[in-house]
Amino acid sequence: MKKNPLLGRDVISMRDFGPAEIRAILDRCRAFEKKTKPLLGGKVLANLFFEPSTRTRLSFDAAMKRLGGATIGFADAISTSISKGESLWDTIRVAEGYCDVMVIRHPAEGSARLAAEATKLPVINGGDGSNQHPTQTLLDLYTLRQRCGRIEGLKVAFVGDLKYGRTVHSLIRSLSHFDARLWLVSPPTLRLPDDFLADLRETGTEHHIVDELAAVPADVDVLYLTRIQKERFADAIEYERVRNAWQVTPDNVARFGPKVTLMHPLPRVTEVHAALDQHPGAAWFDQAHNGVVVRQAILALCLGAA
Amino acid sequence: MAPGSAPKRVLTAAANPAPALQSAGASGATEVKPDSAKMQVSALRSGTVIDHLGPATSFKALKILGVGADATVLIGVNLDSSKLRKKDILKIEGRELTDAEMNKVALLSPQATFSLIRDFKVVRKFRPTLPDQVEGLIRCLNPACITQDPRVTGRFHVVTKAPLKLRCHFCERSLHENEIEFA
Repeated sequence: MKKNPLLGRDVISMRDFGPAEIRAILDRCRAFEKKTKPLLGGKVLANLFFEPSTRTRLSFDAAMKRLGGATIGFADAISTSISKGESLWDTIRVAEGYCDVMVIRHPAEGSARLAAEATKLPVINGGDGSNQHPTQTLLDLYTLRQRCGRIEGLKVAFVGDLKYGRTVHSLIRSLSHFDARLWLVSPPTLRLPDDFLADLRETGTEHHIVDELAAVPADVDVLYLTRIQKERFADAIEYERVRNAWQVTPDNVARFGPKVTLMHPLPRVTEVHAALDQHPGAAWFDQAHNGVVVRQAILALCLGAA
Repeated sequence: MAPGSAPKRVLTAAANPAPALQSAGASGATEVKPDSAKMQVSALRSGTVIDHLGPATSFKALKILGVGADATVLIGVNLDSSKLRKKDILKIEGRELTDAEMNKVALLSPQATFSLIRDFKVVRKFRPTLPDQVEGLIRCLNPACITQDPRVTGRFHVVTKAPLKLRCHFCERSLHENEIEFA
């Protein structure tokens, strides 16, 4: 039996996991593709969602129930004592009496780290502002491994909003452990922040900052597409201009061939043409479905049941 | 002094002898080596001397130490330094800084050195070492960080010491030396 890489640990940030640990977690996920024993019977997951979520909350709910466990929680902060001024620390201390493991999504960056310090129970970060979303990153890496057969040495182009997307930030940082070559494709106003570029330079990760998809070489393994968020633009006309210019269509991905993997963390609006669902490399629904498999593995590992 | 050769201003501390003028060789001109430049100030009876402060950081250092307008302070700004090219010096009369205070200044200027003076004698020299983690001293600049809640104490990891780079324990944002704001 291999060592459990998550036993006694929280899942807060991809910074906390080295390449060997990431590989070990992904190795354990495969067993959960099939129906498993009720490994978490009698255990309770608290889904503490202080801001809206569809995929993350539902997939954690499904993951826990597939493993025979139960879930409690809330889907927004309005219905909690937080709206009465209770501190996050106190909310976590109260919730730890009701459950065995917690998932927290909160708009404040660093909230999951604080929650993990407030309790002895395992805490899983379901997204803290635009900082980290580690389970999304792990499911993206799992999908990459499924589609490409490996996560090492991939050529990956990230396209769209690279400034605000936590999904992109976490995945770029993780891929830098695995000799990735990166193309960072965005409008100038939505470039990857300097902090992340500095990290790429420090790790010696090859990366190219480009302004258009046409500048990406045709032999990349992956196009990772993201939503350009309307709320990031002060000027509605500028948003429309950027949005229209950044739509990915069957025509502009044709030169990458049928083997390229197309990923998107969802939700998508207009940045991905609906016809691309028929592309053999389209992996966005696989990503969403793998969310349950990967989260089952994470819950079982954190609770020492796998 | 040869005609046309501008005199270099030489500042010396009163406790030290003035450096001898150096011969400039065949031209017969004299000048003072930059290394020998000293700040000409009266010696401190008791208190703290902070040397090797980064250039133009002395006023910020006074602010973070809470040195008030009624304190007796000698300030040297942008002095020549063989180590740093330019540096600031502070002499604070009548106040011996604590280790915590000296470490706080080191965050502003990691190469700063401290001498505690009693009756004109150096009783202790202190070269602070940056800790791996700093708690409660610095504010995170990220407006979305959980530490904006006054009930949460800020905490930073020291990523690199020269140049100083910190990372917020909570939101993971980096903070560079020139961005540091004290809590």
